[in-house]
Amino acid sequence: MEFAELIKTPRADNVVLHRPFHLAVEGTLCLTGHHLIFSSRRHDNAEELWLLHSNIDSIDKRFVGSLGTIVIKCKDLRIIQLDIPGMEECLNIASSIEALSTLDSVTLMYPFFYRPMFEVLEDGWSSFLLEQEFELLSSVTNEWRLSCVNKEFSVCPSYPPVVIVPKSIDDEALRKVALFRHGGRFPVLSYYHKKNGMAMMRSSQPLTGTNGRRCKEDEKLVNATLRSGRRGFVIDTRPLTVAQQARAKGGGFEQEVHYPQWRRIHKYIERFNILQESFIKLVEACNDQSHNMDRWLSKLEASNWLTHIKELLTAACLAAQCIDREGASVLVHGSEGTDSTLQVTSLAQIILDPRCRTIRGFEALIVREWLQAGHPFQQRCAQSAYSNSKQKWEAPVFLLFLECVWQIHRQFPCSFEFNEQFLIMLFEHAYASQFGTFLGNNENERAKLKLPQKTMSLWSWVNRPEELSRFQNPLYEANSLVIWPSVAPQSLQLWEGVFLRWNRPSRFLEEAEEERINIIKYNKELQARVNALRRRLAELEAEDEVEEE
Amino acid sequence: QVEQVKLLDRFSTSNKSLTGTLYLTATHLLFIDSSQKETWILHHHIAAVEKLPLTTSGCPLVIQCKNFRIVHFVVPRERDCHDIYNSLLQLSRAAKYEELYAFSYNPKQNESEQVKGWQLIDLAEEYKRMGVPNDYWQLSDANRDYKICETYPRELYVPRTASKPIIVGSSKFRSKGRFPVLSYYHKNKEAAICRCSQPLSGFSARCLEDEHMLQAISKANPSNRYMYVMDTRPKLNAMANRAAGKGYENEDNYSNIRFQFVGIENIHVMRSSLQKLLEVSGTRGLSVNDFLSGLENSGWLRHIKAVLDAAVFLAKAIAVESASVLVHCSDGWDRTSQVCSLGALLLDSYYRTIKGFMVLIEKDWISFGHKFSDRCCQLDGDPKEISPVFTQFLESVWNLTEQFPQAFEYNEAFLLQIHEHVHSCQFGNFLGNCQKEREELKLKEKTYSLWPFLLAEQKKYQNPLYNPDFSPELTLLEPNTVSFNFKFWRNMYHQFDRSMHPRQSVFNLIMNTSEQNKQLEEDIKELEAKIKQRNGQSDVVLEKEEEQTAHPAPVALKSSPCFQKEQPPMPVNDAVRTIEGSNTADNRYSELVSEFSKAEPAVVSLEYGVARMTC
Repeated sequence: MEFAELIKTPRADNVVLHRPFHLAVEGTLCLTGHHLIFSSRRHDNAEELWLLHSNIDSIDKRFVGSLGTIVIKCKDLRIIQLDIPGMEECLNIASSIEALSTLDSVTLMYPFFYRPMFEVLEDGWSSFLLEQEFELLSSVTNEWRLSCVNKEFSVCPSYPPVVIVPKSIDDEALRKVALFRHGGRFPVLSYYHKKNGMAMMRSSQPLTGTNGRRCKEDEKLVNATLRSGRRGFVIDTRPLTVAQQARAKGGGFEQEVHYPQWRRIHKYIERFNILQESFIKLVEACNDQSHNMDRWLSKLEASNWLTHIKELLTAACLAAQCIDREGASVLVHGSEGTDSTLQVTSLAQIILDPRCRTIRGFEALIVREWLQAGHPFQQRCAQSAYSNSKQKWEAPVFLLFLECVWQIHRQFPCSFEFNEQFLIMLFEHAYASQFGTFLGNNENERAKLKLPQKTMSLWSWVNRPEELSRFQNPLYEANSLVIWPSVAPQSLQLWEGVFLRWNRPSRFLEEAEEERINIIKYNKELQARVNALRRRLAELEAEDEVEEE
Repeated sequence: QVEQVKLLDRFSTSNKSLTGTLYLTATHLLFIDSSQKETWILHHHIAAVEKLPLTTSGCPLVIQCKNFRIVHFVVPRERDCHDIYNSLLQLSRAAKYEELYAFSYNPKQNESEQVKGWQLIDLAEEYKRMGVPNDYWQLSDANRDYKICETYPRELYVPRTASKPIIVGSSKFRSKGRFPVLSYYHKNKEAAICRCSQPLSGFSARCLEDEHMLQAISKANPSNRYMYVMDTRPKLNAMANRAAGKGYENEDNYSNIRFQFVGIENIHVMRSSLQKLLEVSGTRGLSVNDFLSGLENSGWLRHIKAVLDAAVFLAKAIAVESASVLVHCSDGWDRTSQVCSLGALLLDSYYRTIKGFMVLIEKDWISFGHKFSDRCCQLDGDPKEISPVFTQFLESVWNLTEQFPQAFEYNEAFLLQIHEHVHSCQFGNFLGNCQKEREELKLKEKTYSLWPFLLAEQKKYQNPLYNPDFSPELTLLEPNTVSFNFKFWRNMYHQFDRSMHPRQSVFNLIMNTSEQNKQLEEDIKELEAKIKQRNGQSDVVLEKEEEQTAHPAPVALKSSPCFQKEQPPMPVNDAVRTIEGSNTADNRYSELVSEFSKAEPAVVSLEYGVARMTC
């Protein structure tokens, strides 16, 4: 298919661009296969807007006489308005945008066409391999092994080719366990707590069914993570009733009789459409400037968004508490083990592991616990808060995770190597990007699409020193402690950087942030100067002493 | 003194507690726990003491403070508890001003320092700064002996054309005699903020002198013919007042006025609003939705928004339309003070400096008779007179500091400290209800002024991000008052609940770094001077040195003995990067803790992980 077929009017002049808190700008609008480009075409102070079609969540058009107006709502929550003279031009442009922003084939997406303008120093596709992770692990314990049982994605289609499992469990047993777990997602290592040797594993629900099926290999596998005489905790992200109902559909949960060394805790975390609805409601509330205080607060409450944040943080803290304070191993799962499970295991690692609070460590965490672990990004992030297509599989699962990280970041602002912008950037790229990183739903699909060969990795771009400097937290000071966030409602805040980003003037806040950075920078300069002067003085004094002698 | 008293954690569901000894002194209640940590509570700060039903571990005693601290003690013996309870009741409720702490507080200042302290803020100087007296405004001696209005200060500024009979006539037509006077003069726009109380208009009464008075104010502004009259009350309340012979201005009777209701609620609504807010925020195991709906039901943020909206309206009338504005409510000492002072703060960057903020409070709150004694319950009095009007003013200012992080010389700690002392009765400034009363109490001789003490420790109150050039002197600060900009002020209402706050404070870090930068700058000067002294040619060498500093070698430096010897004391930055009590039990993952304690009672060991990371 040629994109040109979809673009009947590639260019329109005298278009007026409206953005909140900016003056309206007149200029030229161009459509290309992947971008909407607006340029004021003024030489003195040319303003340009490049918008990826895949970033467009929904568009509305209306007419007053022959003046058409298109309102574009983006996945990054921005809303812009274009006034286009000429009814036909406007209709053409609107229908092109509509078609181009909803291409159904992945291989037509921009990442397959994008050619980087920068030199690739490090190929991000091979920056974070599980093998490296395992090497690190091997230096502290030999209780685990790397298994290639899923090499052809035949045991579990949503798992990566290699996984880390207890050493005592062979591949044959893993195959059997896979048959006992939903989607073949048998328990694998998610995190090893060096401090006390406890492990966090993740999986999907066991397929016990109504007649209480059991699987000896599964029991053996999870028990292999326990120290003799100690117990472990299963954190089930469904309420007990839902877990019980799941049995009727062949699912279920670990029963005490068969897992006597394990205590089960049900910690409910909302999923899918409930989250999506909540997201839509929150964005709606934030976009309406006319709300009076009562209405704003009740809308904020009705969105339930902060409740989800609190529940998720609580569950993650619980998992971390089991491992660090109780000295127990943990197995986390919900139903499929691709959403709430990953939220909990990845957040628990942020809390427990200082490495995950560095830039590279956090990237590795996202690769390991989200991309390789098979979070279906393409389904979940197909549409954002302005979508009308209420598809069942869309949900801001990853955004919720990022916001929880932000909440912890706010409480421990010096313990993270990255800044808020880094999290916002990840949110944007998960929904629309020139990079292939977040395409596909799992490693299997990514391999079939040949993404590493055909597209550029986000990490190849982000990890270049020029880009990294934008994402570094000037206040960072490595903190080797476990960081326990407060989950009291008074301690949680709306993530303004995402939800109010386009709804309020931010100049003063940005300037203040710059000033903060300047103070820190200036401090470093001064320290260096003082040190140099002291050294100089010491030398002079030494010289004098020699002379005196 | 009572031993073996337990201090319970306010929000813990597992009844975590500290054991220690409780002492009662003449002025404070003191609790020292087993790790020798001291908790001091000023008796005057105690808002309420409550004895709860006896439990197996002892008699619980809950103390609520005016600075929103809540402590929950368990006293082992009921007799002791009862004694403490009675003593606190007595000590926290003074019957006479002379019993207040300010009259016994002795900061070891000599008399001249004390006098100088009181002279620090000079309102005559402040009116001069604004540009009055001038061709249109003059100092009136009408109230020199408090004859016209007891609750106004002696010195009042009025339009030159307002003669004494007009003043007298107008004052008789205004509630409590509080006739229209100047609060703030904007010299660029030649427009004025004036303040007064409601007119005694009833349904139809008129007063020619009052009408003249308003006309005089209007005429004192050469750049605009009309003036605004802002009634800060909701229209309904103002109308109800007419039945009592009070009310509001009839636009037909006054020439060239634009009358406007603003809709800020009265002191009783505000009191119960705060009460509701505190009930919600004090709930254990609070859910997000209960918190948000409680916040909504309390109406607190709605009231803060209303106050700030009114101030924005006022400031815009002056800055954009160059129109003078007359502000009143009922008596003109609560809402009027809020709106006038916030309006001036938006208009004039001087009030965004530390000194300027003190002046603003002295002018619009203290001198114009905001009833601090009644509103803050300094003496045992009518509980219906208590109201957090001044707290709302501080909260509005805090909201502005959040929106304009570089516009204010002072920081949040300054606002909190002022709030603390408005209730502490440790200094004379806020005692009593009006200037006349303060003079009668001889506060300037018998007590000390707060301001010099705050100024002496102003380092603590400086905003490191402050940019004096942020807005030129008289340009309007235009806050965004869309609802989502207003946030719950955690550092005020949970000031003492440490587990709720970020464990690392960017603010403190920046503040200390900024402080350290100043010290380093001085060190550099000093070192450069020393080097110069030692080596005449050092200038040349020095430049070279500086070039090299891009890559300092700290390791080598530290090994040099001379370096250590010469090192002047560096600012202490231990506290800069301290993580306080990073502790699971602090954070209420609620049910979980109890679940664990059932499962494995012996395992949970709670260390207070205070980690220090030096820079």
